[in-house]
Amino acid sequence: MDKIKQALAQNSKMQALILVLLVSVTALSVYMTAKSVIAFLLLLASLLLLYYTSFSNKVKWIIGGVMLILVIPFASSGGPAYESYMEVATQSGIYIAMALGLNIVVGFAGLLDLGFVAFFAIGAYTYGIFSTAQANHFIPGDLFPISGSAFWLFIFVGGFMAALFGVILGLPVLRVKGDYLAIVTLGFGEMIRIIFNNLEKPVNITNGAKGISSIKPPNLFGFEFTHPHQFYFIVIAILAFVIFGVKRFEHSRMGRSWKAVRENEIAAQSMGVPLIRTKLTAFAVGASFSGMMGVVFAAKQTFIDPSSFTLLESITILVMVVLGGMGSVPGVILGAALITILNLQVLTEFTNWLNQLTLQGVVHIPFALSPSKMQRFIFGAILILFAVFRPNGLISVKNRRVNEKLIQERISSASVQKVNPQSGGIAQ
Amino acid sequence: MILNILHSLPQVLIDGLALGAIYAVVALGYTMVYGILELINFAHGEIFMTGAFVGTGVLFLFQSTGWLSGMPGWVAYVLILAIAMLFTGLLGVGIERIAYKPLRKAPKLISLISAIGVSFVVQDLVRFISELRTGNYIISGITLFDKNVTIGTSSLGSWLGDASLKTNTIIIIVVAVLLMISLDFFINRTKWGVAMRAVAQDRETASLMSINVNKIIILTFFIGSALGGATGVLFAQQYGTIDPFIGYILGLKAFTAAVLGGIGNIRGAMFGGLVIGLLEMFASSNLGLLTNGSFGSEYKDVFAFMILIIVLIFKPEGLFGKAVKEKV
Repeated sequence: MDKIKQALAQNSKMQALILVLLVSVTALSVYMTAKSVIAFLLLLASLLLLYYTSFSNKVKWIIGGVMLILVIPFASSGGPAYESYMEVATQSGIYIAMALGLNIVVGFAGLLDLGFVAFFAIGAYTYGIFSTAQANHFIPGDLFPISGSAFWLFIFVGGFMAALFGVILGLPVLRVKGDYLAIVTLGFGEMIRIIFNNLEKPVNITNGAKGISSIKPPNLFGFEFTHPHQFYFIVIAILAFVIFGVKRFEHSRMGRSWKAVRENEIAAQSMGVPLIRTKLTAFAVGASFSGMMGVVFAAKQTFIDPSSFTLLESITILVMVVLGGMGSVPGVILGAALITILNLQVLTEFTNWLNQLTLQGVVHIPFALSPSKMQRFIFGAILILFAVFRPNGLISVKNRRVNEKLIQERISSASVQKVNPQSGGIAQ
Repeated sequence: MILNILHSLPQVLIDGLALGAIYAVVALGYTMVYGILELINFAHGEIFMTGAFVGTGVLFLFQSTGWLSGMPGWVAYVLILAIAMLFTGLLGVGIERIAYKPLRKAPKLISLISAIGVSFVVQDLVRFISELRTGNYIISGITLFDKNVTIGTSSLGSWLGDASLKTNTIIIIVVAVLLMISLDFFINRTKWGVAMRAVAQDRETASLMSINVNKIIILTFFIGSALGGATGVLFAQQYGTIDPFIGYILGLKAFTAAVLGGIGNIRGAMFGGLVIGLLEMFASSNLGLLTNGSFGSEYKDVFAFMILIIVLIFKPEGLFGKAVKEKV
């Protein structure tokens, strides 16, 4: 077994062959069959396989992009299950972006945020309020609803609003650390939910528990986005932006300050890392990703109410981060995809299957045990098991290796270059 | 407006005291564990909730076997309290063994995450069991004492209204006070209590003084959780209806109480609990009045969290706690 592994690791042609085989077989079976969840999952899994191949990063990104933009939508368009496949993929994308945002706060900066879904809610409500007649209740003049073409602008407005609230939440947080912070953010998330749930008087801003309905779909030059397969491309585009951003942030000065603060606040501070700015940007950046996806979510569902933004959602995102590996970008992407698929497809399919078996009288599964109701248990168990046995998650973080030799060579060559003109100067 | 507030004041005080006593005892659990391990036991709210369910379950069991009608109410009360305390105490010890002990040397963040996991698992397990037994996870229990006494506070002055006092409320306050006094006695006067305080001060040094630190931690979890479970029973008796998700919000408020009093400080937790309970009751009955109906009692939880945030910002060591200098 090890031999095969080694041979595979060295032979990138073999890897390419296997990848092509897997993708073509699964894509074909997804295309041909009416609904095959397993084939679709395998097709998605080929992306993970791609991650483990030994191609260069550029090649990986290009192949991954082609698969996401062309292969997966095309393959799933074959059967009647098209929209449900795309729905799952779109939701995964939304959750991946949120998990990446939380990863910045928890994984990079080490600040446990248990109210993260509040930022998602803020993004969703920002678009929801202004793209329906709701805003007329508190802004004079019959200006609203705005047209769906403002959606594109609102992606940024939503992100900005969420970032703003991230900073507002961050301000008290600066004085609070560790477990206190977890509780304060938990309270914050709960406060936002209660406020959204009751803000129908004195001024009707959020329409209370009834929620906001018939939110305008996005509109691009007269083309309306209504189906999940259309939203898929919006989500992919934002996701590309988010992943690019996270990757840039991770190795930037800011990213390194976040990690320094995570490891030891006092040491980081004494090395000149500005604590306030570092923590606040972590909150703001993380929140803005979530806010952007909130706008997309509101436009996709066309209906939002406070029940979509509960503690369970916050914990779900936390589970994604912990499962994948705190601080590890590929890990968090994997974790978010796994949990979303587990939630939306595996658990529902499994429940349906069990229900059928119960109906046929093969086995008797009590209603209380139906897998789709066991979410909390599964999430809790994942959190405990991973905390105890694998705190680094599925794909643990790899810090960028510093090639010492290369740096030393560079330094010495640089100093040689510097020395030469100087010695020339002395000779003069 | 002030007249209206004054009119409802006696009732608010009584309800607030009952609620505050509940918060205070739950807060003790937070404070004890924090004092020893410097870990917020996130699952403590769930232990409280489990206590409520165990108590109600045992009552149902008594009823189905016909024992309940055969024994006086107070015997049943004492029995369910004892069973629930034993059960939740062991549950707390089990949680410590599985989810916290392996992580004692791990970074804080990891043990916090494990604690959140525990609280979710316990919630769902209780939901599952109660739904399996009764078909619904929201349970209306049996109330043992449901007499109502009217206190004629209005005779003190015409501006005061009457208050009604449930027998249960008296029981809650009495039992809570008893629990708090015995805990205070236990911690300050017994050998075990001294050992507990020593471990809280400095775990390493305490272990050098021939104190079995592991045993002390287990004991702390047992006592804290048993107190939480007992409060669960009191809560179920007072408010009648329970569901598996009551623990989380009540736990948050009890934690607020612990922080307000100074976390790690037993007497502070008691005081904080009473303050939070009274404030919350006051807010829930008067917020609408004070803001001319624009913000109703549904904002009372927001109110509690505001207190938490304000305390943490301006006086993180709490009212009675000592400020801890961070070691570098």
